This record gives sequence, C-alpha cells and structure tokens, in this order.
Amino acid sequence: MIIARILGTVVSTQKDPRLEGKKLLIVKPINLDGTDQSGYIVAVDTVGAGFHEKVIVVGGSSARMAEGNKDCPVDSAIIGVVDRIDFIKPLEES
Amino acid sequence: MQLARVIGNVVSTVKNRSLTGRKFLIIQPLSADLKPSGNPLIALDAVGAGAGELVFWCRGKEASFPFEREDTPTDCTIVGIIDSEAHVFRRS
Amino acid sequence: MILARVIGNIVATQKNQRYEGTRIMLCRQITPEGEEMDYTCLAIDAVKAGEGDIVVITQEGWSASTAATGKAGAAIDSAIVGVVDRIDLLPKEE
Repeated sequence: MIIARILGTVVSTQKDPRLEGKKLLIVKPINLDGTDQSGYIVAVDTVGAGFHEKVIVVGGSSARMAEGNKDCPVDSAIIGVVDRIDFIKPLEES
Repeated sequence: MQLARVIGNVVSTVKNRSLTGRKFLIIQPLSADLKPSGNPLIALDAVGAGAGELVFWCRGKEASFPFEREDTPTDCTIVGIIDSEAHVFRRS
Repeated sequence: MILARVIGNIVATQKNQRYEGTRIMLCRQITPEGEEMDYTCLAIDAVKAGEGDIVVITQEGWSASTAATGKAGAAIDSAIVGVVDRIDLLPKEE
C-alpha cells in the first residue's frame, strides 16, 4: 500500500457496467514527508475521500477485496484517509 | 517475502469498513544486509509489530490471507517479527 | 488503473483461443494533463473504445480477463474498462 494525495477526478460514461456508480480519482503517490513521487494512479474511491486529502491506496487484485469493490474490474482502490503519519527517519544509507 | 524495518505508523479513522480495527504501519524494505532498499510502504499488521522492529512481510494477493482473505484489501502485510538482527543468518 | 490514449490496434490471426473476437488496442499512457508518456501497452477493448479516445486501463489479471472475455482465466493482463469523458484536476493547494 502507498500514501498518495488526490489530484482530480475522471468522468466516464462508456464503461464496464461493473464500474457504474464508482468514483474514479486520480492520485499522486507521495513520500512520507509529503513530497510528490513521479507518476500517478487512477483509483476507485471506497471511503468518500475529500479533495486534497492524503489517502492510502492498495494495488493489484487486493483492490477488489475492498468492501464495495467485489468483482469489479479494478486494480487500485483508496481504502483509507490518512489522519496522521508518525515515523522515525529511515536509517541513512551508509 | 522480504525483510523490513517498521519505521512508523499511519492513523486513519475513515477507512474501508473491512479494515476496521486493523493497524497500518510504515515499513522500510531492507536488503539482505539490512540496508534500506526502495521506498517506504504502508503495510497491514498481522502479528502485532511495533516501531523499530525488524519484520518480514508479504506482498500481493497473498497479503490478505492472514485475515478474511476475500474481504481484506491489502497488498502488503507484516507476517512475522524477526527476533533480532543477529537472527538473520547469511553466508558471507 | 492508468489513463491512456488509444493510438491504434493490432490484427493477429494466429492467437490464443481466448482472444478470439476481441479487439486488441495499442495504447500510450498519458499524464492527467493529457501529455503522452513513454509507456505503451496493448489492452483488450471491453467498452467499444475508438482510436484517439482517452481510456482507463485496468492492469490486473482477473479484472482484465472478465472485462474482456466475460470469464476469468484468460491470459490477458490489461483491459480498457472505461472511455474518459472528462478529467477534472484540482487547483494547486497553497
């Protein structure tokens, strides 16, 4: 799982019927200190995440196991909204 | 499975209902000589690990197997705590 | 999932049985802003997408297989599951 921030939404009418009613969000993976990583992911929102929130994104077939995503053709899902991140600084590579 | 160090935790109140009561930890994957390799990840905890501990974790669909396997959306789960660094044996 | 532009399709007479009747589209990944990226891939069309369309591609086996052929277990790892009407990006956060 990774932490990401929400960049925007994707609107699609012509889609797999199993995706109907699902909210597709564009998210950008971020580092623990909040800086952006490269790339982006389109993920299905299962928690009602708000704009600019930090979220937890799960990938692969596990994304389908989230409640609300049963048997949906998705490979990434937002499964949590981040309230707080606590971390010890990763050991510097020596 | 890979080695990692738990370096923190993520607090999330609003989450997928199937994850209620589960703990998110931040792990730093390690190479065989226990040096950081790659970016930190968020992992679900299956063993009661805590910050600073040396653990091993499992990725992919198999990561949900310690929980209700068809209902737990995780692609990264901590499945064991290594006793200490001295318990990582490798041929030099 | 990723966003991509359909840039063509391929024709193959000799192919795995499960691919029969499918349309194999050549797609190039784009950024949320619409710029083409370096990554290109083949994806089975599940939603009648056309050349030039911006689409959502799922890259997970079960999802792609069921979307493309209606059944799981085909050797398919990517499928187009939505045609994008619109992408809304959030304003930059101060």
